[in-house]
Amino acid sequence: MDFSLGEDRQMLVDTLGRFLAGNFDWKTRETVIETAEGWSRPVWAQLAELGVIGALFDEASGGFGGSAFDIGVVFAEVGKALAVGPFLGTLLAGRALAATGETALLEQAIAGEVTLSAALDSDAAQGVADGEGWALTGTQPVVPFAASADRIVVAARTGEGPSLFLIEKGAPGIEIRDYPLIDGGAAGELMLDGAAATLLGQAGEAGAIIEEAVAAGLVALCWEAVAIMDSLKVQTLEYLRTRKQFGVAIGKFQALQHRMATLALEIEQARSSAINAADRFAKGRLEREKAVSAAKFTIGRVGSLAAEEAIQMHGGIGMTWELPLSHYAKRLVMIGHQLGDEDMHLERFIALGQDALATAS
Amino acid sequence: MDLSFTQEDEAFRAEVRAFLQDKLPARLSDKVRKGQRLTKADMEEWHAILNARGWLANHWPVEWGGTGWSVMQRFIFETEVALAHAPRIVPFGLSMLAPVLIKYGSEAQKKHWLPRILDGTDWWCQGYSEPGAGSDLAALKTSAVREGDHYVVNGQKTWTTLGQYADMIFCLVRTDNKGKKQEGISFLLIDMKTPGIEVRPIKLLDGDYEVNEVFFTDVRVPVENLVGEENKGWTYAKYLLTYERTNIAGVGASMAAFERLKQVAATQRRNGRPLAQDPQFAARLARLEIDLENMKTTNLRVLAAAGAGHAPMAESSMLKIRGTEIRQQISDLMRRAAGVHAQPFVTEALEEGFNGPAVGPDFAAPAASHYFNYRKLSIFGGSNEVQREIISKAILEL
Repeated sequence: MDFSLGEDRQMLVDTLGRFLAGNFDWKTRETVIETAEGWSRPVWAQLAELGVIGALFDEASGGFGGSAFDIGVVFAEVGKALAVGPFLGTLLAGRALAATGETALLEQAIAGEVTLSAALDSDAAQGVADGEGWALTGTQPVVPFAASADRIVVAARTGEGPSLFLIEKGAPGIEIRDYPLIDGGAAGELMLDGAAATLLGQAGEAGAIIEEAVAAGLVALCWEAVAIMDSLKVQTLEYLRTRKQFGVAIGKFQALQHRMATLALEIEQARSSAINAADRFAKGRLEREKAVSAAKFTIGRVGSLAAEEAIQMHGGIGMTWELPLSHYAKRLVMIGHQLGDEDMHLERFIALGQDALATAS
Repeated sequence: MDLSFTQEDEAFRAEVRAFLQDKLPARLSDKVRKGQRLTKADMEEWHAILNARGWLANHWPVEWGGTGWSVMQRFIFETEVALAHAPRIVPFGLSMLAPVLIKYGSEAQKKHWLPRILDGTDWWCQGYSEPGAGSDLAALKTSAVREGDHYVVNGQKTWTTLGQYADMIFCLVRTDNKGKKQEGISFLLIDMKTPGIEVRPIKLLDGDYEVNEVFFTDVRVPVENLVGEENKGWTYAKYLLTYERTNIAGVGASMAAFERLKQVAATQRRNGRPLAQDPQFAARLARLEIDLENMKTTNLRVLAAAGAGHAPMAESSMLKIRGTEIRQQISDLMRRAAGVHAQPFVTEALEEGFNGPAVGPDFAAPAASHYFNYRKLSIFGGSNEVQREIISKAILEL
């Protein structure tokens, strides 16, 4: 049993951590989140150059990593720095492209030349064959950095079943209503009205590909969330040690000490759940899906606890935009709203358990 | 990262399983599985079986009869034993006193007492808590006054688990009232047959006799029964708390109990369907399963760190809190699963060989008793609030 990251992965962590600390500091973030696009293309280009995007994909797809632990550590650094950018969209779209053999486009994305996003709710759009290509109709909600994306991987239902398509920026029939997000960054409602699209892989066969891509996204979000929890814990402990009321540091009050102890314990449980999700990722569908749902449930539960407790223990100052803490709290709570919330994943975990029983009997 | 056990560990697990298959009497595992009450003879029988294999004191140094197992092997052993529904090893002599004797006792004390713990000659109990000294253990008042080559002990201990069976008690006593309260405490070994000792049972809320009060009136204890130095007992007592505990989370016991709970949920019906398909119950069950999976990994992380030489101290406090919460929640769901049949209090059904008709489903008989009995888990061994104090001071540095 070995819980260390290993030399190569540790090097990736160190490189990325140093880069973000130096090139995406808090001042930069404050500026970037106020821009129209909500992310920094120069920073993204440098990340691509460092090989950070390539770390999310395996060698066969043009990357040099791609294991769940590789994904996890990259997103942990993203969380630590509260970095904004098309990380999740690139991961989701890239996994779908890799699974459907579209490695040429993925390689361009890994090099930072093309920006990707993904809209993977296959019930949110329908696809019909249209001459050589396909036409998509429907609305995909809150597509990350949709307006900035050169290509978007879109899931849609066809007569054959769930299918994956690629759409191109500016193609007819596409309208994007874009907006900033409460936790920084941007997204958009992707409104498709007979939009021209290219089929990825086989029509009706995308269910398993979507599930795997989303599982990778869930691992990413869970590791990002744990890093944010760690950061909230450190910031809150620092505040408890320095803020004085009634003549003493407020961290001397038992009411707060016990709450911090509970929070620290819960964060360790959340970390274990994220480790489990990455560990089970390559172990067969049922094990993988149960573990990612268990992790997303745990992260949702502990995430809102950590965010709420951090703000509460900071008191009024925790309510301010000026304090970085509030932004960490917002991101953590909003992770709970991405790719299925706590309740949805608990229900899914139960259903997967019943599937397992049915298969066994 | 690699969360799989090594081939050596898996081979070891197979060896433990084969041993349990071969040597664990079905009569005993049956009682444990059914939640029936174990007698002194039951526990002694299991100790003797383990001792014959050399596995009873597996965490002791090899020279005194230990096994030299790694932390991970000990964890595997503890888990497999629990999963097989073996009786738990009674910890007082083996896991509480022995480590103190091995570290602080004289050669003569080690040579005399350790073999007797192994072969079951002495059943030990623990004399720590007093009516006025629970979480604040250092406030203890039971006094020991030196008179020639004896100490004369007066006072009262309480919550003495299985003291009714004990031949010997290890006690924290006050030998000095000057200075800080932690500095006047000594560690004494006392023969329970000494005149002046009276044991009174305390009936607990589940109706069982598990703990006792022990009264000391002018009890004469030979000075050679002092462990280590006079007034240094607090150091020895604290050593017990930091002594590496590989299974404070009770992972194996929780896994075994959870499996049983899942079986019950699959068969017990409510509103015309199994409890496992009742949305409310299924949600409780799923939350518990996820918490247990998370804790298993947290436990392994602590063990892996311990294997790499990092002594787990405050991490043990986290495991104690979450581990006891999970065991309590399992017993809570068992009680809920029993529905109206949690209420009947048929104590005969908790004894071995009960052949009478079950009232309600067979798992229901001990369900409420266990639930109430398990309230103790978050109280003893340092209450969960005391554990939060430790986390707050030692990990969070508040």
